[in-house]
Amino acid sequence: MKMNGAQLFVKALKEEGVDTLFAYPGGTAIDMFDALYGVEGIDVVLPRHEQALVHEADGYARSTGKVGVCLVTSGPGATNLVTGIATANYDSVPLVCFTGQVPTYLIGNDAFQEVDIVGIVRSICKYAVTVRDRKDLGRIIKEAFYIARTGKPGPVLVDIPKDIQLEMGSDEYPSTVSIRGYKPSEGVHVGQVRRAMAMLGKAKHPVFLIGGGVNISHAQKELQELAERTGVPVITTIMGKGAIATNHPLYIGNIGIHGNYASNKAISECDVLFSIGTRFNDRITGKISEFAKKAKIIHVDIDSASISRNIVVDIPIVADAKTAIQTMLENITKPEIGDWVKEILEWKAAYPIQMENYKGMTPEKIIRKINELFPSSIVVTDVGQNQLWTTQYLELDQNRQLLTSGGLGTMGYGFPAAIGAKLGNPDKDVICISGDGGMQMNIQEMATAVALELPVIICVLNNGYLGNVRQWQEMFLDGRYSSTCLKYRRRCGRDCADPDKCCPPYTPDYVKLAESYDAKGIRVTKLEGIEAAFQEARSNQAGPTLIEFIIEREANVLPIVPGGKALSDMIMDC
Amino acid sequence: MKKRWICLFVENQIGVLTKIAGLFSSKAYNIDSITVGETEDQTISRMTIGLTSDDQTFEQVKKQLNRSVEVIKVVDYTEIPTHMKEILFVKISSCNREDKEEIFRIANVFGCTVTDYDKNTVLLECTQTEGKNNDIIRLLQSCFPNRIEVVRGGNVAIEAVSRKDNS
Ligand SMILES: Cc1ncc(C[n+]2csc(CCOP(=O)(O)OP(=O)(O)O)c2C)c(N)n1
Ligand SMILES: [Mg+2]
Repeated sequence: MKMNGAQLFVKALKEEGVDTLFAYPGGTAIDMFDALYGVEGIDVVLPRHEQALVHEADGYARSTGKVGVCLVTSGPGATNLVTGIATANYDSVPLVCFTGQVPTYLIGNDAFQEVDIVGIVRSICKYAVTVRDRKDLGRIIKEAFYIARTGKPGPVLVDIPKDIQLEMGSDEYPSTVSIRGYKPSEGVHVGQVRRAMAMLGKAKHPVFLIGGGVNISHAQKELQELAERTGVPVITTIMGKGAIATNHPLYIGNIGIHGNYASNKAISECDVLFSIGTRFNDRITGKISEFAKKAKIIHVDIDSASISRNIVVDIPIVADAKTAIQTMLENITKPEIGDWVKEILEWKAAYPIQMENYKGMTPEKIIRKINELFPSSIVVTDVGQNQLWTTQYLELDQNRQLLTSGGLGTMGYGFPAAIGAKLGNPDKDVICISGDGGMQMNIQEMATAVALELPVIICVLNNGYLGNVRQWQEMFLDGRYSSTCLKYRRRCGRDCADPDKCCPPYTPDYVKLAESYDAKGIRVTKLEGIEAAFQEARSNQAGPTLIEFIIEREANVLPIVPGGKALSDMIMDC
Repeated sequence: MKKRWICLFVENQIGVLTKIAGLFSSKAYNIDSITVGETEDQTISRMTIGLTSDDQTFEQVKKQLNRSVEVIKVVDYTEIPTHMKEILFVKISSCNREDKEEIFRIANVFGCTVTDYDKNTVLLECTQTEGKNNDIIRLLQSCFPNRIEVVRGGNVAIEAVSRKDNS
């Protein structure tokens, strides 16, 4: 049978099991939307901005493990994807983004709404391609899904010119893939694993350093078994948090710029650093030459290019985290580590992360309340202090998951990603934690959440500042708050004369803003109000609830390692 | 820092050269030279890339190339016996009779051919190693200052057949 390209596109989505499509229409995509009209089994979601659209697909993908799928028009529709694609790329999130394109015979003519989107996204995605021949369409879509979800997952972009959408051709969608330049690594070098386990077996002060790779490959159960059978303590990166339950006796905490004292100290003191699924990003290592100086390093990663790039590694193992850990379990060794864990736990007890210096309704108190009230939930953060506090205080286990833009640190990620997560997990509580700055970067999605009747709970931690940047200005730039005050108005003068004395009212009024979208808005100003607000939000199942928490304006995230300094140089309080 | 050579097999598609070049520039790796051409299989292009780098950067370059979907195979030509040549054209203008005789002598000694000439211009073609081409250019530049025009093709390389060590 023959069908046109747009119909084959829809058939491909069905064959790939796509149940949710994040899509925004326009001229060069209209035929694909037409083919989708009335199709059963695919929920076509209309966001209010294409940037949010990709974050929604991203949140959906991270929380379900499925590929997130996007469809937008050419030109501005396509360029609006850029930030979201880069965000997904840095955190290895599988996406397939379809873009309409001007007809092949107009490509290169500077036609209306023509951009070379494949050229634009080349360095921020796993693969991007323009379909130039109708007969390649099925194969290319098949390959796109395969590339996105296998190996180290990532975003793939498929650009489909309008004439190809309309051209009649075969209705066949291939069932197998063979790409000669793409063979994701399977299996693991058992000899290397044995060498690594032998090294671990001889260690006196070993630690596991766990990155996002363990969560991506769903190896949490295996990791827990590995930790318990070896007795080796576990430290995570922000992306790795939750790979083992945070209340597990062997879990120490996060490392890095905002890691806790015990974790950073343990990394500085350890003799074997066994890391799985992290690329040793500068945010976690601090000053490279001082990082884990006393340790031999074992590094498991699915991407060989991540190994020995930032840190020189003694034993490299290229493998998927789950496969590697399973093989480790088959070759288990148990090091004699004496009081090592006890020692670390003493550091942890001596220097707990806490906000005791601040009175009243601190972010710590808000997040701890979430721990208490929402045992089965997905918590999605935006970027900034709100994110860092969440990664410090949120407790995770197999029932509570954290989504955050770790690699790119994209403000505006949180709220749309929470919408995507809720669409993929209607039975879970989904809570977004955002700053007052980042919230405005995709606030228009309130309309999407209301339209879809999604009971997402949005917590805006309102400090009236671009808080994360303000903190750096306070600590490292003599308190010169250059362009970080969100209460600023012209009448304040160029430089703030008297912070927090005679400030103008905050704008927007988040409660009214929520109400104007027909969502519920609640403002909380006191500690005692936190629980009641969450209960009220929970009881509103008709749509989203925004809770604005008015928090102390100049609260800081501590501890902190100043830029370019070693992890051992962390500042504990100020 | 050391001179390195990579032989790269890639999909013969629109945009692949940009992809490879972009990969180098986005990671701030510098390319010394790059050549591309179709192979015996029309769907595959072959590149010869020269770069100068330390060991660690070079390892990264190879890994980054390998992880691109469009790259079919990466072969390191740095340490293995290869045949490597570069084509060079040099046009020398405003030549008198004596100049021409000198150019013919140089061509003879350096194994270049005189491909074309008219009353006062001579065109030399040399297919030599990169180093030898450098020597020829330097010599012609000093004999005929400001009268030469140079175009170089970049290196192409293929693995040696008989030689087993890299000499
Ligand atoms: C799109 C984008 N622009 C700028 C930044 C730089 N940045 C990082 S955190 C931050 C402040 C965020 O302020 P807010 O959303 O109010 O969160 P807070 O830190 O106050 O919790 C900024 C500007 C960024 N990460 N992303
Ligand atoms: Mg703020």
